[in-house]
Amino acid sequence: MVNRETPDLMEADATRSLRTPVIVLTRGVETEALSNVGEADDPQTVFSVRGLDVHYGPTIAVAGIDLDIPARQITALIGPSGCGKSTFLRCFNRTNDLIPGAKVSGSVLYHGLDLYGPQIDPVEVRRRIGMVFQKPNPFPKSIYDNVAFGPRVNGQRKGLDEVVEHALTRAALWDEVKDKLKKSGLALSGGQQQRLCIARALAVNPDVVLMDEPCSALDPIATSRIEDLMVELKRDYTIVIVTHNMQQAARVSDGTAFFTAEVRDSGDRVGVLVEYDQTETIFTAPSDSRTEGYITGRFG
Amino acid sequence: MLRIPGSSPNDPGILRARRRYGERVVIGILFCCAALSVAVTVGIVLSLIPPTLEFFREVDIFAFLTGTDWAPLFVPAKFGVLPIVMGTIVVTICAISVAVPFGLGTAIYLSEYARPRVRKLLKPLIELLAGIPTVIYGYFALKFISPFVQNLWPVGDSPGVFNALSAGLVMGIMILPMVASLSEDALSAVPHGLREGAYALGSSKFEVSTRVSVPAALSGIVAAFVLAVSRAVGETMIVLIAAGGTPNMSLNPGEAMQTMTAFIAAAGTGDLPQGSTGYKTIFAVGSLLFVATFMMNVFSNRIVLKYREVYE
Repeated sequence: MVNRETPDLMEADATRSLRTPVIVLTRGVETEALSNVGEADDPQTVFSVRGLDVHYGPTIAVAGIDLDIPARQITALIGPSGCGKSTFLRCFNRTNDLIPGAKVSGSVLYHGLDLYGPQIDPVEVRRRIGMVFQKPNPFPKSIYDNVAFGPRVNGQRKGLDEVVEHALTRAALWDEVKDKLKKSGLALSGGQQQRLCIARALAVNPDVVLMDEPCSALDPIATSRIEDLMVELKRDYTIVIVTHNMQQAARVSDGTAFFTAEVRDSGDRVGVLVEYDQTETIFTAPSDSRTEGYITGRFG
Repeated sequence: MLRIPGSSPNDPGILRARRRYGERVVIGILFCCAALSVAVTVGIVLSLIPPTLEFFREVDIFAFLTGTDWAPLFVPAKFGVLPIVMGTIVVTICAISVAVPFGLGTAIYLSEYARPRVRKLLKPLIELLAGIPTVIYGYFALKFISPFVQNLWPVGDSPGVFNALSAGLVMGIMILPMVASLSEDALSAVPHGLREGAYALGSSKFEVSTRVSVPAALSGIVAAFVLAVSRAVGETMIVLIAAGGTPNMSLNPGEAMQTMTAFIAAAGTGDLPQGSTGYKTIFAVGSLLFVATFMMNVFSNRIVLKYREVYE
C-alpha cells in the first residue's frame, strides 16, 4: 500500500478531521508509482501535468499540455468552444476513462503520484478528486440520499446524518432544505440542484473539486451564490473550474489558463494551452496575442 | 405600380381559398388506420359480452369464480374456474422467474457493460428469440426441456412428460427478449450525466448500475415486468402442447395443468354445439382473461406515464 503523508492534508480543523491524512490510491502492494515521489514534490502543487495528449479514437483532442495546479486556489480554464478545456479537466479524475476510445498519454502527477500509473485505482482517484458537472445532475432520490450516496458507496454506514448536514452547510444549502431532506432532489430549483451536487461532492471529503462550467445552466443570482461558495471553499479545497464566462474567471479565480484550438496541417483542430498566469496578469497584461484577442472579445 | 397579390380578377393568388381534397382523403385514410385497432378491440369486447351474460344466467357467477372443480364439458358439468386460473398462475410464475432475472441481467449487461460493438451484435440476436413461432417453443418444451425436468426433479415422484414447469420455463425464454429489450430501453433513457455523477463520487461500475441506473429506470423496468406477466397469462400454444391439459387445483409445477388459454383453445377446436352451456363457457373464460390482461395493461401504462415524468 502506498501511504504517503501530505502536509497539506494534515492540518486539523473540523473539516480536516473527517479526512484521512493519507493518500491511498492503489489497490495492491508496493507500487512503481512510488518512484515518482520526489518529482514535483512541492506541497503547494496538487497536480503537475507534463506532455499530456488526449485522443478520442483516431482524432487528437488536446496535445502537449504542461501545467501545474496549485493547492487551495481556484484555477480557471478558459478558452473558446472546442479548445479541449473540458477534456483536459476530465483527465484529473480519470472521467475520460469512461468514454470508449478515449486515450490519455503523458503524465498527470497528483501529489507526485502518476494518476495514470498501472497500479492506480481510478475509482479511488474519483473519490479523492470530486467533480461538479455543467448540468446539475442530482440523482432521482431524496436530498438526503443524494448527499449520503458518496459516503455509502465508500462503505460508511454510521454518522451519515452529520455528514449530510455538514456537506449541505458547506454548500450553503442546509437552511433551505433542512426541513425537506426526504423530498426529491429533482424538486429543487436549478441553482439549488447545483449546490446539492456540490454538497454531494463535498460529502466524500475530496481533496480537489473539479467544476465543469458549473454555472452555465443557472441564472445570474444562482451563479453569484455558487461563485461566493467557490471562494469560501478554496480555504479547504483545491478547485479547478472550466468556464465560458470570462467575468466569472476574473471574479473568482487566482490563476487562469487560456486554451485555444489550433488547426493542424492535417486539418484537425487540436486543443492547446496558450498560457497560464495569475488571473490578474492574464486579464490585464497577457503575454500572448491570442489570449489578448480572446479576452478583449476579438475572437472566440 | 405596386401589385397586390390576388388583386387582379385574372390571378386570384392568395385570395383564392382552394379546397385541397387530396389532403382530406389522406387524413381520412390515416384516421381509419388508427381507428381500426380500436374498432377491433371494441368488437371483440362486444362479441364477448352477450354469450358471457347468457352463461351467467345459467351458472352462478359466485360459484364460477370460487369453485374448485372444472369439468364444463362432462356430465355432470362443473363450472368452478379456479383450477385453470391456478394453472395460469403457476405457469406464469415459472415463466416470470426465468424471464425477469435473465431479462434484467441481459438489459443491465447491454446498457451498462457491453461495448457498443458487442451491443450492436447481441441485441438483434436476442430479439431473434422473440421471432420464433410459439409452436416451435411448445415442442421444444415437450421434447427437450421436459426430459430434463423429469430427470433433474429433486423431490418425490418424477413429473410426467406433460408438466407446467417445462411449459413455464420455455415461456420464460420466449418472453425474455421482451423483458430485456424494454428494460434496456428504460436503462438507456437514464441520462448519462447521472452515471458520471455517481462515478465522480468514487462508485464502481457495479455500484453505478445497481444504485443509480436501475433505480432511475425502475418504473420502466416494472412496466416491462407487468407486460411480461400479461404476455405469459395470454400465451396459448406452449401450454397447449407441453403443460398437459388436465385442470388441476395444485401449486406443484411438476404436475400437468390446464391454463385458461389452453382451455379456450382446446374447447374451441372441439365439437361443441353452438349455444350450449359448454360453448358459452369459452366466452366466460375469455372475458375473465380479457379483464385480467386489460387491468394489467392499464396498470403498466400508468407506471410508464409516471416514468416519463421523471426527466422531462
